[in-house]
Order: sequence, then C-alpha cells, then structure tokens
Amino acid sequence: MALLFLLTCAACAGGSATQSGNQTQSSNYYIQNKGSDTMVNLALAWAEAYNGIHPEAQISVTGGGSGTGIAALLNGTVDIANASREMKAEEIQQAQAAGFTPIAIVVAKDAIAIIVNKDNPLEQLTLAQLASIYKGEITNWSELVVGYDHPIVALSRESNSGTHVYFLEVVVRLSSKEDKSIFAPTVLLLPSSEGIMAEVKDNPNAIGYDGLGYITGDVKKIAVSKDIDSEYVIPNSETVLNGEYPISRDLYMYTRGEPAGVVKQYIEWILSPEGQAIVVNLGFVPIISGNK
Amino acid sequence: MLRTKSTRGNFLITFFIKIAGYSSILFVALIFLFLLREGLPALTGAGLKNLFSTTWYPTENYFGIVPLIGGSLIVTLIAIVVALPFGIGTAIFISEIAPRTVKEILKPLIEILAGLPSVVLGFIGILVIAPAFRRIFNLPTGLTAFTGGVLLGLIAIPTIVSISEDALNAVPQSYREASIALGATRWQTIWGVTVPSARSGIITAVMLGIGRALGETMAVMMVTGNAPVVPIKINSLFLPVRTMTATIASEMGEVATNSVHYHVLFFIGIILFLLSLAINIVASLISYRRKKRSERILS
Repeated sequence: MALLFLLTCAACAGGSATQSGNQTQSSNYYIQNKGSDTMVNLALAWAEAYNGIHPEAQISVTGGGSGTGIAALLNGTVDIANASREMKAEEIQQAQAAGFTPIAIVVAKDAIAIIVNKDNPLEQLTLAQLASIYKGEITNWSELVVGYDHPIVALSRESNSGTHVYFLEVVVRLSSKEDKSIFAPTVLLLPSSEGIMAEVKDNPNAIGYDGLGYITGDVKKIAVSKDIDSEYVIPNSETVLNGEYPISRDLYMYTRGEPAGVVKQYIEWILSPEGQAIVVNLGFVPIISGNK
Repeated sequence: MLRTKSTRGNFLITFFIKIAGYSSILFVALIFLFLLREGLPALTGAGLKNLFSTTWYPTENYFGIVPLIGGSLIVTLIAIVVALPFGIGTAIFISEIAPRTVKEILKPLIEILAGLPSVVLGFIGILVIAPAFRRIFNLPTGLTAFTGGVLLGLIAIPTIVSISEDALNAVPQSYREASIALGATRWQTIWGVTVPSARSGIITAVMLGIGRALGETMAVMMVTGNAPVVPIKINSLFLPVRTMTATIASEMGEVATNSVHYHVLFFIGIILFLLSLAINIVASLISYRRKKRSERILS
C-alpha cells in the first residue's frame, strides 16, 4: 500500500516537473523510451543522469517488456525501444513495411553468475545440472561432487525480478519454448541481492545466482558450460563480452533508422565511459572492456 | 455566563471525540470494502480450485495460497510459544517482584525494544540468528520458520509485556494484602490472586501479540527463506516457509494493476484481515466473559 502511494506521488511529482520545465524553457525536447523490464532501472538511471547534465532533455522511461517496447517503436510512439532480446524476423519485416530499418545498439550486457560457498569444492556445472538443482531433482551435493555429503539449498531472487525470469528461461527451461518447468517450491526466494550474498557467504550448503555486478570476493563463482561437451567458463567482463559465458545476453536499444539529433547524442552519451559507469552501478556488464 | 461557556466547550469536545470515534469505524469499514473490491475478483479470475491448491508460482498462474496460509500460521505459532512465557514472566517480574529501581530501568528498556524497527531485527536475524541456528541445530539453512518465529517472538514480547504489566498494576493493592494476610506466600499470591484478577488484560495482551506477529512483514521476509512449501511435516518447523505478508510485500511492487495476480494478492489481504478480526473477536469475547464472572463473584 505505502509503495503504491509512493509510486503515485513520484508520478505526479514527475509530471508537474515536466510541465513547469516546459513553460519556462522553449528549447526543451522529449525522448520517449520504452521496453524491457530488466532494463527499466538502468534506463531510468541513464535518463536521470542525462537530465542532470542536460536539463533541457526530458526523457520518459516506461517498462512493459521488450515486446511492448518494440511494438511501440513500430507504430512510432517511442523514439527508443529497450529490448533484452534481438528483434524477431517478423518484427523487422513490420518495420520495413512501415518504412524504416530498425537499428540495434548494444548498450550493456547482462550476465548471471552462479555462486557457492568458498568451502564447497564444486568448480563447474553444466546448464542441465543447474536446471536439475533448481527443479529439485538433485538435492545433495554428493550427486555432483564426490565426498561432499551436504543437502543443497538453492537460492533465487524473488519472482518479480528480471533476473529471476531470465534464469527461469535460460537455465531452468534450458531456453526451450515448450518446456514449462518452474522452480521447485523448496527453492528459497530472497528479496535482495544482499540476502543471497549473505546466505551463500555463510552457508556451505547454499547455491545462488545473481547479476555479475553484485558478486563480491566472499563467495565462489562457478564455471558453467552449455552442455557436457562444451568448455566450462568462469564469468568475468572478458568472457561475457566475447560471448563465451553461456548465461549472458546483450541488452539493446532500438531506434527507427540510424539515430539522429538528440537521440543520437543521448545514445552516444550512454556508450561513453560516463554512461557505462552507471551500467556497473546497476549490476550489469559494461560494453567497454577494462571498465569493470 | 460561565455556565454557557462551559456547556459550549463541553459540546465542542464531545463533538470532536465523537467524530474521532466514528471516523475510526469508518476507516476500518472503508479499508475492508476496498479489500473486498480488489480481492474478490480473484475468485473468478483464478478460480477456487487454483486458489486452494498447493503451488504458488504467480508468474505462471499458479495461485495456490495454502502454503502461504500455512507459513503464516506456523511462524505465528512459534512466535507465541516463544513470546508467551517470556512476555508474561517479564510482566510479572516488573509488576510484582522487581524492586523499584530495577523496575525503573526495565520498563523503558522494554519500550525501546518495542520501538526497534523490524527491519533492523531482520538484519540481526539474517546475519546473526540464522547462521547461529544453522550451526546449533545442524540445519541445511538457517532461513527457516523457526528463525522467523523466534524473531517475531522478540517483536511480540514488548507488546505482551507492557499491556500485561498495565493489567497487573490495575489489580487493587487490597487483593494482594488480603492474600498475604490470609497467610499466602508471595508466589501463591501472584499465581492465585494477582494473575487471575488481571486475566482479561493478559489475554488481550497475548491476542495483540499474536496480531502483531501475524501482521509483521519485513523481518519475516528477511529470515524465513520465502519458499512456498506447505508446512505439514514435523521438520517443517526447521524448513523455509513463505508467509502471506512477505508474499504481498515482495510481489505487490511489480504486479500489473488489475491482473489476476494483483487481485489474488488483495485476496490474501482479505484472509489476513479476517484472521486478525477473528483474533480480536476471540480476545474481546474472553475478556468480556471474565469481567462478568468476576463482577458476579465480587457482588
């Protein structure tokens, strides 16, 4: 309840600020930005920081999902669509029918690290093994590590987090559209990254996952492979950037044709070291290597 | 002159008190109506069969609230088992046994405990109590119903102490003197005279403590692990559970307005409301009956 109130108040405060800004300065411009819920906090942080440097820029950011954002881009109601996936072939066809070529700009990367306690001898897992752990099919570490007879305590973020949904799709369901598996009810759903880090740091039975940016040196990152024949890869900014780490994805901004004018300036700023520093703060992987 | 002035003052004060009294009834009614309006569509949206199933995974339309009700009940039960002896014991000690100086120190300390934000207790729970319980009881994880219950007990204790202590203080001194005069020991006086006389107040205190535990959100969300498992086995005490309050708090922020999930969260709110209403009704029934009987005895 209180949260709802806060949200409405934030919305009305934001609305009135936009109006008053509009009255005093005529050179104001608006950028409409919509799409992926995973990216909505990142996009908001960018919009706020950019507004701090360029007060004349009014950037409105809304979520709704990648599909919603792309649909809005196609019918021309937004300037930039945020998407945590690539556009589908039919969406590109629709865009061309509407008379423009959508341009994809990779603005950040999202990687999910798998973590265990430092006392756990486990070093590597395949995606299928991870899926079995989170579906409750493997319940003791001895099934994975010889001689480590401890129950497995699987930790997850709450189901409202974008990370949770991505983990569900790519790990629990192994990227299969037909697979309708869900997390086992015994999986602990913790409300914060701090909760997951605290439990994994302390508990030798625990396994957890979280955005790479949240992981500290107190826990052990696990090397992950796509399948039994592939190489096991530890997530870091290098393996995420070159695409070797399997639980990572690009985060895109789509524009109608080559970005121009104020939209171009905004995207260039996002790709600058200053914009990418915000990426690190929000737990994503920046696209500039060595910036991490 | 003076008389009309005081009548007018009287009228004004009575008027304001009346308004305040009626407004609280109005607020409760409005809240309940709002809950009904937002929560009842869940019955048609999700269906009774889905609602009373045992799987809670709302993003895939599994809306089984049984594990959540079970989680809230088991955590509250543990909290009461912890808080009852400590709460009433502390109240008896402060009111009947402690020398004046100790009393002067203890009372404010209990009130400080009552004022501690539950999120702070949650932090202590997650960093100290949960790891300690995992080691002591050799559990898979310390984030369990038991940890949540103990923490809730700590939260409920100040409520129980301060209200029971008031009730004990309200027992006329002549009762105690009469008991001592009849040759009863101090313990016999406390157990046989003072506590029974303060019974209705103590029951109210316990019921308010239960209500406090049932409604607590933040601390519970941080230490119970939030896994929606139905707690029916004996070892469920030492396994993670998910409570109704934690579910509402963690999911309400992201849910789309007027979706089925949104209505189901309000439906959980209705259940919570009815549970605390039931607790209050039971409490007032008990204290009402007690009063009548004691009046009968005295007359």
